[in-house]
Amino acid sequence: MLVLSRKKNESIMIGDDIEIVVIEIKGDQIKLGVKAPRNVTVHRAEVYEEIQAENRKAATTPKQLTGLGSLFSQFKKK
Amino acid sequence: MKLNTSRFGEIEVNEEEIITFSDGLFGFEDIKKYIIFQMEDDNPLMWMQSIEEGSLAFILIRPFEFNPNYSLQLSDNDVEELGLTSPDDSDIFGIVVVPEDPSKMTANLQGPVVINRVLKKGKQVISTSPKHKLKHFILDEMKSNLG
Repeated sequence: MLVLSRKKNESIMIGDDIEIVVIEIKGDQIKLGVKAPRNVTVHRAEVYEEIQAENRKAATTPKQLTGLGSLFSQFKKK
Repeated sequence: MKLNTSRFGEIEVNEEEIITFSDGLFGFEDIKKYIIFQMEDDNPLMWMQSIEEGSLAFILIRPFEFNPNYSLQLSDNDVEELGLTSPDDSDIFGIVVVPEDPSKMTANLQGPVVINRVLKKGKQVISTSPKHKLKHFILDEMKSNLG
């Protein structure tokens, strides 16, 4: 992993068109700005991890799911 | 083609119905091909069965089933990867987790599955809307929205 030191208002470039700016440093929290083309998606890493974990939970659904349909019967359109 | 599955035994799969996820799902990146079918009549839940791994299947639900006001803004990148030319060609699902008490089943709308019905391409996208949570209690929302 490449490690760089940056001060407030300094930035790094990733490739030609992605810039990460240090906007604010407060205690153990830093605020980052990301300038990137619209087709580049930016998310907090936790979001990926949470969705992965939720997918794994969903994949362990038991084989037998009898009676699930009846849970919805109260909403059936009349 | 015939497919051996742990939940449904041997099933017949129409190859034209197979959806390809070129990135897989998060945490299941190596599994690329799925088939989606309805669980039973009068039940909004669907199955998404892996073609490559007979023991892997997910339960899906269309968000509209419990939230009539649902909408999703896709990024340009997602639209391009899915090859979508019209919203009418898309289908959106939340992946469902069924806990021990099935009435507490939840749908994940933060990471919805989007399908291009025409090109049979699928992708699990990430919604940037704060309204879309990891866990939506399906029956509670049905009660408050449709009850």
